[in-house]
Amino acid sequence: MQVVLSNQAGVPIYQQIEDQVKTQILNGDCPAGMQLPSIRELAKDLKISVITTTRAYRDLEAQGFVTNMQGKGTFVAPQDNELIHEHALRAIENGLQMAIDAARLGGVETADLHTMLDTLLEGENDG
Amino acid sequence: MADLLTVKDLTKQYQEFTLGPLSFNVPAGYILGMIGPNGAGKTTTLRLLLDMAAPTAGTVTLNGDTTPAARALARAEVGVALDTTGFPESWRVADVDSAMALFLPNWDAARFHELIDLFGVAKKTAYKKLSRGTQAKVNLAAALSHDAKLVILDEPAAGLDPIARDQLMTLLQAYIEDGQHSVILSSHITGDLARIADYLLYIVGGHQLFFGETATLLDRYVLVKGGRGKLTPELKKLGLGLRETAVGFSLMMRAEAARNLPAGLTIEPVDLDALMIYYGKEVQADAQ
Repeated sequence: MQVVLSNQAGVPIYQQIEDQVKTQILNGDCPAGMQLPSIRELAKDLKISVITTTRAYRDLEAQGFVTNMQGKGTFVAPQDNELIHEHALRAIENGLQMAIDAARLGGVETADLHTMLDTLLEGENDG
Repeated sequence: MADLLTVKDLTKQYQEFTLGPLSFNVPAGYILGMIGPNGAGKTTTLRLLLDMAAPTAGTVTLNGDTTPAARALARAEVGVALDTTGFPESWRVADVDSAMALFLPNWDAARFHELIDLFGVAKKTAYKKLSRGTQAKVNLAAALSHDAKLVILDEPAAGLDPIARDQLMTLLQAYIEDGQHSVILSSHITGDLARIADYLLYIVGGHQLFFGETATLLDRYVLVKGGRGKLTPELKKLGLGLRETAVGFSLMMRAEAARNLPAGLTIEPVDLDALMIYYGKEVQADAQ
């Protein structure tokens, strides 16, 4: 498991941990059953408070990404495909919204936006 | 989760200054940061915790002991490094070692020398000839070398260079890692040091403005930034503190007030620097 914190991100630290661990679980870098560092170990490594890492782990557990086994530690939970699919959809939606915002800002027409998406998809298929 | 320290309605009345009432607690395995401007009463609070001054009212329960006599007997359970106290001027590292070994049953000489070496303190130099930062390192090494359940540090980062400051943070986090030990830091902690504090006690002018989880205080406010033209009178009214420049503005407000702002503004989380330095007075009034 890797966590790289940024002070400039404008994103709360617990959120940065959550996002990065989620990404690694979803892309398979952290497989089901893998043990996460202990809350106190992670706090020390990242130079952040114990409460901050506790919050990140608690949120990850509430969302079904990890399971805490009393006295044993925190482990990556098995992921069902539906959950993974749902997260993928949310990521796509966010990305498209950013594209739409940029288009509106730059005065790009909706039709051109569609064309751009199609072109990009075609380029990917060709490659 | 057992509390190593519980303070209830602690008050100290001086002729021209009243501290408190203060109420807070420190569970085992966590770090409490005590913050506030100069003269807020941070050091006085620590002196009350250590029975170096008698409170006018209120109670202090330190590791289960509620009376000054019981706390005195359990003094070895508390590691202390205060800004104002140090060791006798002529003492060298070896003298500190042998003196501490005399009255601290859990004194760990090997650990003490390990920390002295880590900090790079000159062992043959008399205490008074050491620089202020190096004296602070000797005090810290002593406070952290007898397995004290609770370590109380007054301005531990004062006089430390960035390297030693970083070492201090790592040491303190390692100290509480087993969940049995706690640390109280009194300091103008901002930035890095604030990030490791689980709980904050915020005192201004003797008044307790906040006690709770650090994140709770920081989550309460946001910083709204934008170009000059974006600063409307309505927006201004929501703000607790404003900085305007020729090119834009930054305005601190309660997080819930920033929920329905017009588009085009940047909303950022606050840090303790912003809370204390830029927006001190307004936030103080709000927190009270």
